[in-house]
Order: sequence, then structure tokens, then C-alpha cells
Amino acid sequence: MDTLAQLAAGFAVALTPYNLMWCLVGVTVGTAIGVLPGLGPALTIALLLPLTYKVDAIAAFILFAGIYYGAMYGGSTTSILMNTPGETATIVTSLEGNKMARRGRAGAALATAAIGSFVAGTIGTIGITFLAEPVVNFALRFGPAEYFSLMVLAFVTVSAVLGSSAVRGLTSLALGIFLGLIGIDLQTGQPRFTFGLTELLDGINVIVVAVGLFAVGETLYIACFRKRAGSEVLAVKDSVWMTREDWARSWKPWLRGSAIGFPIGAMPAGGAEVPTFLSYFIEKRLSRKPEEFGQGAIEGVAGPEAANNASAAGVLVPMLALGLPTSATAAIMLSAFQSYGITPGPLLLQQQSALVWGLIASLYVANVMLLVLNLPLVGLWVKMLKIPEPLLYGGILVFATIGTYGISQSQVDLILLYAMGITGLFMRLFDFPTAPVIIGMILGPLAEQEFRRAMTISQGDVMIFLQKPLSLTLLVLALVAVVGPQLWRLLRLRSRSG
Amino acid sequence: MDDRRIGRAPAWGDAAVGAAVLALAAIVAWQTNLIPAHAVYAQVGPKVIPWMATAMLAVLGTLLTLQGVRGGWQHEQHGELNVWALAWLLLGLALNVVLIGLAGFIIASTLLFTCTALAFGSRRLLRDAAIGFVLALASYVGFDRVLGYKIGSGLIEGLL
Repeated sequence: MDTLAQLAAGFAVALTPYNLMWCLVGVTVGTAIGVLPGLGPALTIALLLPLTYKVDAIAAFILFAGIYYGAMYGGSTTSILMNTPGETATIVTSLEGNKMARRGRAGAALATAAIGSFVAGTIGTIGITFLAEPVVNFALRFGPAEYFSLMVLAFVTVSAVLGSSAVRGLTSLALGIFLGLIGIDLQTGQPRFTFGLTELLDGINVIVVAVGLFAVGETLYIACFRKRAGSEVLAVKDSVWMTREDWARSWKPWLRGSAIGFPIGAMPAGGAEVPTFLSYFIEKRLSRKPEEFGQGAIEGVAGPEAANNASAAGVLVPMLALGLPTSATAAIMLSAFQSYGITPGPLLLQQQSALVWGLIASLYVANVMLLVLNLPLVGLWVKMLKIPEPLLYGGILVFATIGTYGISQSQVDLILLYAMGITGLFMRLFDFPTAPVIIGMILGPLAEQEFRRAMTISQGDVMIFLQKPLSLTLLVLALVAVVGPQLWRLLRLRSRSG
Repeated sequence: MDDRRIGRAPAWGDAAVGAAVLALAAIVAWQTNLIPAHAVYAQVGPKVIPWMATAMLAVLGTLLTLQGVRGGWQHEQHGELNVWALAWLLLGLALNVVLIGLAGFIIASTLLFTCTALAFGSRRLLRDAAIGFVLALASYVGFDRVLGYKIGSGLIEGLL
């Protein structure tokens, strides 16, 4: 069947009233948590993972995907009106967006962000539609050795290349790999790192780690170490629409942002920081009014916001086609596949074609719903920003308790949750990224599995990873990604002093 | 971006983080050594990847400690530690762990909510406790009774 026929079958799944309802719930919850500072899609999907025992896989993934896309839309509202970006991906939006809001142009900024998100989200989803199968066809040639090397490359790019320090990123990753190793080794049945606790035999649940790092850690940080008391929420004085000039200045940045964001998101590295900053600098250079940048230039909202959403869509390509998560949210979605007993990877598209195509079709639907939710109804979300902090964070900790204690009604999980929270606080204080912990925890055991398979095939010869050309290429890329920037710096220092 | 700031006084906080990572490496090594490995049928036993993780942590811990001693790395600017906020939060979390089994989710969560609100500077104790109670009650009914997502029993839970 060709792609369009598959997509049509997907729409038949996504457009049933039952699945439309899950999509609507997802985008609404997603926008809400995107708007609320301190909450993100990774945390929310982690808290909702127990739903996977109650509803079928298609409904759950439509819900999760709606949350994922919705959080991207909601995040821009907060960064425009409050200048306290919750996620690194929306820092750039706040640069110009908040300035526009201060000049009384909040409505135009919100409109260009929402419509730009729609354009980019739709282009990104078209990208997923047509890229998924070619990537799968390429990946079907992968053996365990290639898979292991690909995972090593992803490990390195998500932790060492993005972010401010390779050493700290890799430390976070190593912590995640350690957490993922806890529990019974599935191949040999040996317990590992259980410290004699029977509660740890099944391993640490990813919910505990994600909620601990993102919810408890963030709450501790905001309460104990924040510099100034809550920043003001700017009012939306103008109408949430754009003038003819705004349209003329926005449509090209939307398209350029999408063109930058999607490919970068789809690469094994993932990440939204690079494409949003790249888009910002490109728009600044191409703008006819570069003097407006820093004062509230609409291009500086339109481009990065599109890049952000397109890269979020791009991240789903390696997730769906290869089973390779490159963001914390994707990693948690991958663990949802596992809890359904579905093996993510290139065979997913064949074995679970209704699920994957239903999910892709629902992404188109989600984008349309989000445009409606975020343009005419934006006033509703602005009200949510006015929830007093003491109540907001009190609620976050109560929901963190439900999500954790509900796993097994065990206090051990709660203590682990708070230990992860304190770890998260220290990681925040000492500038360690948290996403690599989640990625290492989910992807680590999968990498171990591929490593063992490859070694079984080669009868214990490690050289298998270097003898297969594709595997070797991936490993060389990983090495260049770690060592390259350091070498480059050394060379520049040398040439400067010499 | 540059982690090496030459000629600075040691940043003991950063060095301590490096030492903590080294300590974690030691714990991982100790536990890896304890993994029973009599299963010879596998080419790669259960210890191989744990040893790799140990090595990674040891190398990174050493690098972090060295960076710390050489002046540390750049941090985002943080505010001063708010001791009262920390105390209220830790109290709330401790009460939650202890009481959730003894008194039940609703009482434990109401106290956690109230302590968190106090940590964030709220001065309206009764209002916060009331909101916390309603939220905990509604969540319990919603999750435990309607969705069937068990969050335990307790004093108030028994009355419902």
C-alpha cells in the first residue's frame, strides 16, 4: 500500500468519536501544562502512564501525542506573556515575544506563534508521513551491531553535543544508564543493584525518576533558590489577530523555521534548542527591519516558534521508525510502548500499522484542534497563568504523590521519588541537564540487549562493531561529536597563540 | 561555554559534585562485583555493561573533580537559599511518606499541600488547608473510585 492509502486508513482510526475525544483531552491537557510554568510534557505523560493499563494502545498514544503537541503551543503563551520560559525550547520565543507584549502587541505575538505552530506542526507531520517508511526501509538492514552503534551515537548527541558541557551531559547519561540497570537482568535472571531490597527487583519505574526530577526537583528549586518573586503576567490588550503587515512578515519565517526545525529534530540528536536559536539568527539577518530585533520583532517570534514545533514533530520520526527516543518525552512514550508489550523499532510500522498511522493522522487532527484552542480561547489560558504559586506547586506535589504511590502503594517508591527530587535540585543548581537521565534509563537496557545480540552473533568478538561499515561510520560520528568540539577549541587556541 | 577558567580559586562546591559522582562510581563498582555471574552460557554476562557504567562514572567523576579544583564551571545565577522554604517542603514530604500508610492519602496530601503552600510564602493557612483537602478528596474519588487507580486506604477513605 502506498503512503497516502495508509494515511487514509489512519484517518479512519483517528476520526472515530472515541479517538477524537482522546485527542481533544490530550491537546487540552497539553496546552494547560504547557502554559503552567513548572510542568512539561515529559512529566505529564509520565504521570499518565498508568492509563496504559486501562485504555487501548491507540487511544493512549493519541492522548500522549496530543499532550506533546499541545505543550509546544502552550509553552509559547507563557514565554510571551510572562518571560519565564519553562523549557529551553521557548527561551528564544520570549526574547522577542515578551518585548512585543510589553509594547502592547501581545495579541499579534500570540497569533503568529499559534499560526506558526500550526503551519510548522502540519509541515512536520507531513514530514513524518513521508519520511517514516523510507527510514524504516533503511533501518531494516540494521543488525544488532548497527543498532548498538546508532544508540551510542544518540547517547552522545543528546548528552554531549546539546547543552553546555559534554562532561556534565554524559554524567547525567551515566546516571540514567545506572538507574536503568537496576533490577533483574532479563537475559540471565540475575538481580543487579537491588541493594537487597525486593522492591527494586522489578527495577525503578520511569515514572518515579521523571516525576522526581521534573516535578519534585523543580518545586524544591523554585521554592528555595529562585532569585525574585513571581514575575508579572502581561495583559493581552490588542486583539489576538495579525495585521496585513504582520502576515507579510510572518509567513516566510514560518516556512524557514519549519525547514530548519524538522530535519534537526528528525536527526538522532533531536533537541529544540539548536533549531530555535538558528532560526532566530537567520531571521535577524534576513529581516528588513533588523533594528527591531531586541525591541519585539515579529519575525523573531514566528521563526523560532515554527522551528520549535517542527523539531518536536521531527523527534517522532526516529521514535516511531527506529524506536530511538531523542528527548525525555519521546523516551517516556517509548516506555509506554513497552508497557503494551509492543516492541518499538522498524517492525513497528508493519506490525502495528493501524496504531502508527492512526497516531500520525491524529497529529493532523491535533494541530487543527490546537489552532482553535489557542487563538479564540487564548483568554482561558491566560487566566490559568494567574493561579497563585503556593496552590500550583502544592497541587503538583499532590499529583506527584498519586502518580508514584499508585504504582504499588509502597513508601519505598515515595522515598525514591523524593531522593530523585533532591538529585534533580542539585542537578539544577550545578547545571546538569536532566533529559539524558531519562533517555539513558530507557535506552540503556535496549542498548545492552543489542550489544549482547551483536556479541552473540560475533561469538564474543568486539571487532564486529568496527567491521560493519555502517556501524563503524556511526561510531566514528559519535567520536567526532564528543571529541570534535574540544579539538576545534584546542586548534583555535593554538593558532591564536602561535 | 568554556569550562576551563584558568588561574581561579578552586570551586569546592563543584569539586564536591565531582567527588559525589566518584562515590557513585564506587557504589556501582561494589554492587557490580556482587552480581552473581555463574551464568556462562551468555557471551556477554550481566556484569559487562555495569562495568562500562562504572568506568564512565569514574572517568566523568574524575574530570568533574578536576574541573572543580581548577575553578569550577559556569552556573546559572541562583538566589540565596531560602531556609524556611526548604524546611517547610522537607517537613511536608516527610509527613507525606509517614502518614500516607498510617492515616491515608487524603490526610497526608492535605498536609503536604499546606506545607508546600507555606514554603511558597502563603500566609493563609486555613484557606490553603481547605483547598488542599478538597483537592485531595476530589483526586481520591476520581482516581481511586472512578478510574480504579488504587492509592490506598485510610481514616477518611474508610468513611467514603
